[in-house]
Amino acid sequence: MISTSPEVQEEKLILASSIKGGKNKLHGKEKKGDLLPALLFLSPTLIIFTTFILFPVFFSFYLSFHEWNMFSGETTFIGIDNYVRMFNNEEFWEVFKNTAIYTFGTIPLNMCFSLLVAYILHKKIMGKKLLRTAFFAPVVISPVAAAVIWRWMYDPNFGLINYSIGIFGIDPINWLNDPVAAMAALIIMGVWKTFGINMVLFSAGLQAIPEHYYEAAQIDGANQWTKFWNITVPLLAPTTFFIMVMSIISSFQVFDIVYVLTSGGPLGATKVLVFYVYEHAFKFFNMGYASAAGYVLFAILFAITLLQVKYMKNKVYTFG
Amino acid sequence: MSAAKIGSISKSFLEHIFIYILAFITIAPFIWMFLTSVKDMADIYVYPPQWLPSVFHFDNYIKVFEAAPFARYYMNSFFVAAVVTLGQLITCSLAAYAFARLNFKGRNTLFLLFLGTMMIPYNVTMIPSFMVLYWLGWVDTYQALIVPGLASAFGTFLLRQFFITIPKELEEAAYLDGASKFTVLKKIIIPLSKPALATLAIFTFMGVFNDFIWALIVLNSEDLRTVQLGLAIFRDRYLTQWDLLMAGSVTAVMPILLVFFFAQKYFIKGITLSGLKD
Repeated sequence: MISTSPEVQEEKLILASSIKGGKNKLHGKEKKGDLLPALLFLSPTLIIFTTFILFPVFFSFYLSFHEWNMFSGETTFIGIDNYVRMFNNEEFWEVFKNTAIYTFGTIPLNMCFSLLVAYILHKKIMGKKLLRTAFFAPVVISPVAAAVIWRWMYDPNFGLINYSIGIFGIDPINWLNDPVAAMAALIIMGVWKTFGINMVLFSAGLQAIPEHYYEAAQIDGANQWTKFWNITVPLLAPTTFFIMVMSIISSFQVFDIVYVLTSGGPLGATKVLVFYVYEHAFKFFNMGYASAAGYVLFAILFAITLLQVKYMKNKVYTFG
Repeated sequence: MSAAKIGSISKSFLEHIFIYILAFITIAPFIWMFLTSVKDMADIYVYPPQWLPSVFHFDNYIKVFEAAPFARYYMNSFFVAAVVTLGQLITCSLAAYAFARLNFKGRNTLFLLFLGTMMIPYNVTMIPSFMVLYWLGWVDTYQALIVPGLASAFGTFLLRQFFITIPKELEEAAYLDGASKFTVLKKIIIPLSKPALATLAIFTFMGVFNDFIWALIVLNSEDLRTVQLGLAIFRDRYLTQWDLLMAGSVTAVMPILLVFFFAQKYFIKGITLSGLKD
């Protein structure tokens, strides 16, 4: 074990990464009463978590039923008024719609593109490592810098994008100043920034498909296309579903690139939920209302997560 | 050569062309950023766009550092990212060891609770977290950027999964020699866990260095600005000064991009393990 390479150790790490993966009953002598050292070891983490996660989750819930401008110090209980106001607020529904458009615009493109890239990279391709580096690079850079670069790319007169589509005879688009085009611009950039993650996850899924399935199909005379639709797609279904759910969760929380690329504009066309929460909390200081909006987002994401857990229990093992 | 074989070679050739074009499109924004960062405005405002500058203006970088205190931003970002990373390596190792090796009542429940916190969206906790900092008088300080990041469920999970793969025999010998649990963690577990610790360190550093929203919320003074916050504010001030904006962007992405080139697999492991976190 000590002499194994880092790669092997890391593979083990991956293999072990299910919650129930480790059998960590102490073999031999069973030790009781590690409570005190355990508390000592856990205390830094517990203190931070209690202060910055556990307390906030409950306090945010409490706040969502109150009116509070944090500087006045007065909290007033107003029941579900914040929620009622929100559901009667036209802007909230606009924002909700924008978030949904962004999410469901990004995900299909993102998934098709990342699966395509992962699928080709799974074959005999020269310079695989270099290619993977290129496709993954957008993931690691800061969203702020990425959005600044794309603002320049989207420049209506001198930008690379309008020039490139011009080659195919498409008229210049005023990307960031037109409500519909701005959302499209955000979606395109969002796909570029995140598809590398899904590519890596799809690659892992593809590697898990046993080679002999393809060999058997080959013997039966199946072509590439049949193999892709009848072996790859069904066997990849659990991975695909996982990626889809995780993508929905992260797309619903998009903020940084919106803030820098479009600032929610033009005319609020790209204002998304987290932006709305941020604005109400830290611009208008309606902490109660903002907390309620945050909880609505939480509820949506929680429902999606439950859906995933339920699906994973039922479907994961039906293939393969 | 059979027709089928020629067919498969040309197909593979097409696949190569296709994937390399896609790769080029993916990195084109990077190339465009680097090249624009060394152009003057005359080269920038031309149509059709020219890839290469007629003269390389490396002095744009000097201009950026004069136009805004990017050196200061850099120092802030590195300081905060380094302290959070170091802090997380310590707190996560300790917590992971407790979950991996110590026997106490409610351990599994607590561990599941830990994992559950990873599902809580950031914007639910950010308002009360800000208020905690406000009550502590920490708004607009380094502590505000550092302290909330000093623990991590993901990091604890990652290290715990690694620690349980280490054979117990190694520790038992040390216990027989009278070593304490802390010594065992420090002298045996930690040295064997370098790959996992490296993954966590790189992943945390990247997250903190690239963080934007938290810095936006808790900072006011220019002295404390991180590179990302500084760049966002710089963007508001120099709206179409693309030479300076691109030089600033290069400044903001370079450290992470460099680490990424040399330690790519740690990034990929981190991302795969965390599911999908921005």
